[in-house]
Amino acid sequence: MEIPYIVDERPDTGLNNVKLGIWLFLASEVMLFGGLFSAYILLRINAVDWPLGADILSVPIGAFNTVVLISSSVTMVLCYAALKLDDLAGYKKYLGITIGLSLLFLAVKAFEYYEHIHLGEVPATSTFLAIYFTLTGLHGLHILGGVVVNGYFLGPGSAMWTTNKEQFINRIEAAGLYWHFVDLVWIFLFPVLYLL
Amino acid sequence: MSEDVRDHIKLYYKVAAALLVLTVVTVGVSYINFAVPLAIVAALVIAATKGSLVASYFMHLIEERKGIYAALLLTAFFFLVLIFIPILGHTNTFGEYKTLPNANAPVAAEVEH
Repeated sequence: MEIPYIVDERPDTGLNNVKLGIWLFLASEVMLFGGLFSAYILLRINAVDWPLGADILSVPIGAFNTVVLISSSVTMVLCYAALKLDDLAGYKKYLGITIGLSLLFLAVKAFEYYEHIHLGEVPATSTFLAIYFTLTGLHGLHILGGVVVNGYFLGPGSAMWTTNKEQFINRIEAAGLYWHFVDLVWIFLFPVLYLL
Repeated sequence: MSEDVRDHIKLYYKVAAALLVLTVVTVGVSYINFAVPLAIVAALVIAATKGSLVASYFMHLIEERKGIYAALLLTAFFFLVLIFIPILGHTNTFGEYKTLPNANAPVAAEVEH
């Protein structure tokens, strides 16, 4: 049986299932991170003393990672635009750069974690470090998931370009929406954890 | 069609430049000695501006269908509920000095109610 409305828009919603599905998934992600941000606020307003993020975390490293992730968001949207221009080589170039930048982000984050753990700064050390590791760890897992999905679309998944272009473009749009959301979360995580 | 896409690409570069400038502003503002509430407001306003740029242009929300707006409106409502729950539970204790129950904790001043 063929799944309906993968490419065509449903007449009642004006949306295809891919777009509606990814937005509903992102809505659930908003609630997941929202719950943790809520926990952060609860812990902070109940704390006797709350450290300044910049005293514990490295602002230049955090700012560098912010630039890396924003750049990866730009290359992700450019790879989608390349497909719209019927340019598969451009798509592969930009998606490859996106994956490279994602791995750079993860490497920098791993270096930060290593430094903290090396100094004995683990989640059990303080409430601040506990929520820092929880929020950035969950975000890091989302980056890792994005790398796996984008890697698939760069490799075997790109074969669909020759069989069903429209469906493939929809898939890349959905992957892009997820990636921009992960970038958006970091845009809030950086000031909340590193600067305030 | 392809002309539209090329126009969009130019826009993406402008948004990218704005995001990078705002990142520098975020870090710059953090070095100014604002009071904590003002620093929080400044950082969150800049972050919200950056977030809305990403959502509007990279995620194409600015030209999205009504069905998506409806789903996101509902999400935004429940997100705000989540965020305000811890704050609403403490409106009666704002400004009070708290101490940990240990010998080294400073003694809290008596507050007349």
